[in-house]
Amino acid sequence: MASIALGRVEAAAPAYNEDVVRWFTIATMFWGIVGFLVGTYIAFQLAYPVLNLDLEWTTFGRLRPVHTSAVIFAFGGNALMATSLYVVQRTCRTPLFGGPLLATFLFWGYQLFIVLAAVGYVTGITQGREYAEPEWYVDLWLTIVWVVYLIVFFGTILNRKEPHIYVANWFFLAFIVTVAMLHIVNNLAVPVSLLGAKSYSLFAGVQDALTQWWYGHNAVGFFLTAGFLGIMYYFVPKQAERPVYSYRLSIIHFWALIFLYIWAGPHHLHFTALPDWAQVLGMTFSVMLWMPSWGGMINGLMTLSGAWDKLRTDPVLRFLVVSVAFYGMSTFEGPLMSIRQVNALSHYTDWTVGHVHSGALGWVAFVTFGAVYYLVPRLWKVQRLYSLRLVEWHFWIATLGIVLYITAMWVSGIMQGLMWRSYDSLGFLQFSFIETVEAMHPFYVIRAFGGVLFLAGALIMAYNLYRTTKGDIRVEEPMPVGAAARLAPAE
Amino acid sequence: MPVKVEKDALTGTETTGHEWDGIKELNTPLPKWWLWTFYATILFSVVWWILYPSWPSLTGYTKGILGSNQRLEIEQRLAEARARQQVWLDRIAAKTPAEIAADPELARFAMVGGAAAFATNCAPCHGAGGAGQGFFPALVDDEWIWGGTLDDIEYTIRHGIRNADDPEARASAMPAFGADGILDRARIRDVTQFVLQLAGRATDPAAAERGAPIYAENCASCHGEQGEGMTALGAPRLSDAIWLYGGTPERIEAQIWRPRLGVMPPWQGRLSEETIKMLTVYVHNLGGGQ
Repeated sequence: MASIALGRVEAAAPAYNEDVVRWFTIATMFWGIVGFLVGTYIAFQLAYPVLNLDLEWTTFGRLRPVHTSAVIFAFGGNALMATSLYVVQRTCRTPLFGGPLLATFLFWGYQLFIVLAAVGYVTGITQGREYAEPEWYVDLWLTIVWVVYLIVFFGTILNRKEPHIYVANWFFLAFIVTVAMLHIVNNLAVPVSLLGAKSYSLFAGVQDALTQWWYGHNAVGFFLTAGFLGIMYYFVPKQAERPVYSYRLSIIHFWALIFLYIWAGPHHLHFTALPDWAQVLGMTFSVMLWMPSWGGMINGLMTLSGAWDKLRTDPVLRFLVVSVAFYGMSTFEGPLMSIRQVNALSHYTDWTVGHVHSGALGWVAFVTFGAVYYLVPRLWKVQRLYSLRLVEWHFWIATLGIVLYITAMWVSGIMQGLMWRSYDSLGFLQFSFIETVEAMHPFYVIRAFGGVLFLAGALIMAYNLYRTTKGDIRVEEPMPVGAAARLAPAE
Repeated sequence: MPVKVEKDALTGTETTGHEWDGIKELNTPLPKWWLWTFYATILFSVVWWILYPSWPSLTGYTKGILGSNQRLEIEQRLAEARARQQVWLDRIAAKTPAEIAADPELARFAMVGGAAAFATNCAPCHGAGGAGQGFFPALVDDEWIWGGTLDDIEYTIRHGIRNADDPEARASAMPAFGADGILDRARIRDVTQFVLQLAGRATDPAAAERGAPIYAENCASCHGEQGEGMTALGAPRLSDAIWLYGGTPERIEAQIWRPRLGVMPPWQGRLSEETIKMLTVYVHNLGGGQ
């Protein structure tokens, strides 16, 4: 038995479809840099409104969804597709279901969705639903593409040569299935005409708001959490070369996470027309979500038991581990902010923006960077990364950028919230709105500078990866002992 | 299928015996602190469900034993805040701005209330604290285009200036001397030098001399013989250093050629009577009330 188990790694590796993984990896980096660039630009717009350029296409209102969609759906989406399709083949020991044809359609179909959405935003075509801005025709196209994704992924799982489904694939599958459901329900709309872009939501009033935030929060929960936990569960043990810390924890936290997350959306609508009972349920389910979220963090961090020294020598592993730390921080902050008394201060302030970015930059982007650094040498069949020192530079520059970003937003958000609620002894508001905006200016500048650092790190990464694909190896002082051996491709 | 449970050398924990692409899993039990914290959050939620409205049913929802109702609570708090202020507002409603200003206690309340209303409604044009910005006049000095007494200020706030919304708005129109062909370029240049001379800044005495009769004929009736201005017509003083639309010769010439005429909306009907009175006292007190 044992000999079969050993032998299969060497001999029976099937012809995996790595072309599509390569394309998705390139797209991840391309859209990531686009998303970071637009984000940095609109951060400067907030500090210096003259950068709106007085053109309708370049106003903050139109560029903001370009930024959010570019980082979530283009950068994050391509990263999820690249990693999930890589991971599912290897952990099921079978090539992608549907062959190159479906995979190729999936790649180009998804890129077309991104371009259609972005062109719409810039020209003012939007549903006005946060993170679901694309109009009905784009939504229909995405539905087709997404169903193909599900077929490819699930078909591969059904064809698996392993008796069990690896935990990363549970998370990927939960992400794909739930996002399909969320996308379809939230985008139920009636087009005004078949040739026009405009449509109206099937829901009205507070039902519409609740549907939107049921979607919006679970876009975070299933796209940015479950999907990226799938990445974590493969690439952390791979890069650390250690077994996953606890199988039991992975089962419990997986089911608890997906069961509880779906109820948490109403915490986006505290103190609105949403009935009290729905607010309370949304809040309590968010609080209960704390430990299920942390289960992923524990499994990520504790997988390093016995291998903590690798953090000193392996900057790729550092990206992965720090991403898990940011994940832990964000998933503590989230339940905290969902508590109504806290939300009364934090809602509508920059605190929310800081929270989202500690998750987006610290967790989503960092785990993606770690996975892509892992993948590229293997996908392009080269000996190793062009430069580990550049990975190290990327790591520190980007980390500094994140810290500047989120601390600036914490300070400005809490200040903003406190200024809004300041009354004097005679019952008059202490500050007008414009005074609060003025007070935030220095923090907007700091935040934009943090964005510049994060973007700079990504450009270093792109250069490093480009040289890696050429098979170049930088002449540099090697990382401390042991690192080089570990970073060579496993096979 | 083969299941090969082994012991991890580093931690001493057994694996589950499965392996995917080289990845194994340890069979570590759930961390105790994790489990108990999870239970604690569930308990917290149950307590909240008992205290607050939470679970829906076909006909309604559980009301919670605290009887909490967000909408009633905010209405209550607003009513309390209003009641606390109402005592003061009633007294303000019963008095004129002059009487309010004369009553130190009431004036203090009006200054605070006026400041809050100013920051929201007036500062976008007149700047924070009435410091003025761009083509919007400063209110912290003692130059008043339309008069700086309490009555003048109250009237301006109520009816505004040169707007179409209020027939009683303050109105006056300086002719477009150049654009309408009343004066030619040369004469406008001369009268500009005379205007600068009124402020003690002429650079071309000969031109200023030529400009004197032009000024007397065309400008003095509103702006005064010596440029002292006339608040009844909103004709600003010209003999000081304050130039709303710019004090360079070019800007003054441009103003004579085709004048900018400031506009302000009426606030009567938009703001409460009490707020208008408080604003009046506040603006009057900013620096140069007359």
